[in-house]
Amino acid sequence: MLSSDKKWEPRIIAFFCNWCTYTAADLAGVSRLKYAPNVRVIRVMCSGRVDPQFILHVFASGADGVLIGGCHPGDCHYSEGNYKMLRRFMLLKRMLKKMGIEEDRCRLEWISAAEGEKVKSVINDMVEKVRKLGPLGIPKRISKIDKEIKIIEKEINPEEAVEHA
Amino acid sequence: MPDKPKIGFYWCASCGGCEESVVDLAEDILMVTGAVDIVFWPVAMDFKKSDVEKMDDGSILATMVNGAIRTSEQEEMARLIRRKSKIVIAYGSCAHLGGIPSLANEFEKAEILKYIYSDAPSVINKEETYPLTEFKHNGRYVTLPVFRNIVRTLDQVIDVDYYLPGCPPTPKLLKQAVLTLLSGELPPKGAVLAPDYALCEECPRKKTKPDNVSFTQFVKPHMMLIDKEKCLLAQGVICMGPATRAGCEALCINGNMPCSGCFGPTSRVKDQGAKILSSICSNIEAKSEDEIDTLLNGIPDPVGTFYRYGLAASLLRKKIQEGK
Ligand code: SF4
Ligand code: FES
Repeated sequence: MLSSDKKWEPRIIAFFCNWCTYTAADLAGVSRLKYAPNVRVIRVMCSGRVDPQFILHVFASGADGVLIGGCHPGDCHYSEGNYKMLRRFMLLKRMLKKMGIEEDRCRLEWISAAEGEKVKSVINDMVEKVRKLGPLGIPKRISKIDKEIKIIEKEINPEEAVEHA
Repeated sequence: MPDKPKIGFYWCASCGGCEESVVDLAEDILMVTGAVDIVFWPVAMDFKKSDVEKMDDGSILATMVNGAIRTSEQEEMARLIRRKSKIVIAYGSCAHLGGIPSLANEFEKAEILKYIYSDAPSVINKEETYPLTEFKHNGRYVTLPVFRNIVRTLDQVIDVDYYLPGCPPTPKLLKQAVLTLLSGELPPKGAVLAPDYALCEECPRKKTKPDNVSFTQFVKPHMMLIDKEKCLLAQGVICMGPATRAGCEALCINGNMPCSGCFGPTSRVKDQGAKILSSICSNIEAKSEDEIDTLLNGIPDPVGTFYRYGLAASLLRKKIQEGK
């Protein structure tokens, strides 16, 4: 845990497919189901639209977790989008593991438009798991490491140090 | 006669191949030395840091710096060169994207030092002697540069004007770059001096690349006899061509080896590794988790395969260390 984050709350970005999981999240809303407020939902037309670059970008920008929601296998409106996502997800997970990002920080779920209850349970469960892991805080980690090169910058090039700081 | 424009070459964390590629200009090197004065090139000519320090700021037209940045000394030299040069060019994959040295970002500094100075099978170091940055011997101080926590690209340390990609850049690209510099018609700042489309576009095997590759297995080049005409991806060999910038004229493919990605991504791609991962996975035939899992075992080292030349420039930059 980063000691400076006393009142830290997990921040999770969710990519939800328009046709199923997003609709399910809507349903959860109108049914007044309560779930943790830590998730920011981004609507995509299909889980197959989620480029692995989005996921890395979200982590690199400071998110603690990424959740992807798509239609159940066989139900994708573009027929194969969710299979593409599944395969990308499986390889990405192997890669994230090698890069030191814990498994529970990245999750793929099939949630149909009728499964408002599942949106709730998945989000609550994920928030709890990420909370246990603590902040990922990549921007903070990187800026901390990058301090090491500011020293020479100041010694040699006081003017430039300001420019690049 | 007015002075010829001044050019410099310098190296940081690199293997020496980039320097070699300058020599590979062959006769054209005479064209270059006829048109410019080389004022700094430690690998080939006797220049010292103090010679550079004496030059006026901005007096060198362009310096090509190869190699990634790992030590304080490299940082210091990069900054000195930045001040003395109007144009700084990141030369080769390591300066451009971190290169092979930046695969070290998969490990922590302490892990690396421990392996190199204690654990490597060829090392005997019972006294646990580790390098120090300062050491006093017979009343004199001996110093070593600081080994930083992470490998950086050149532009993560200083402002960079242009990039010449490749491991190493081809003599043709270098020659073009020098001619561009001399012409005075400079491309926009930050340009990568190579075409901005994927390698597949200039690959002689493009005709045989199927629209839907449909992988049923992944094989490494040494595991099979590779058909010399057919697209490598169509043969199940991981080829980085679709996610890599063109400009090498498919050198590796012509040697019947897959592209390993040294030119980095095109300008529309942020993260080369994620991009090739996306493209490859879309084309896997399997649909069940078990089948996909088995198939993926054919790519045992995804980080080393997809970010071979660019971990430092990738979105994650380094392995996350627990608790820090
Ligand atoms: S994938 Fe590789 S072999 Fe196939 S066309 Fe592209 S560069 Fe050529
Ligand atoms: S449309 Fe929902 S996953 Fe493709």
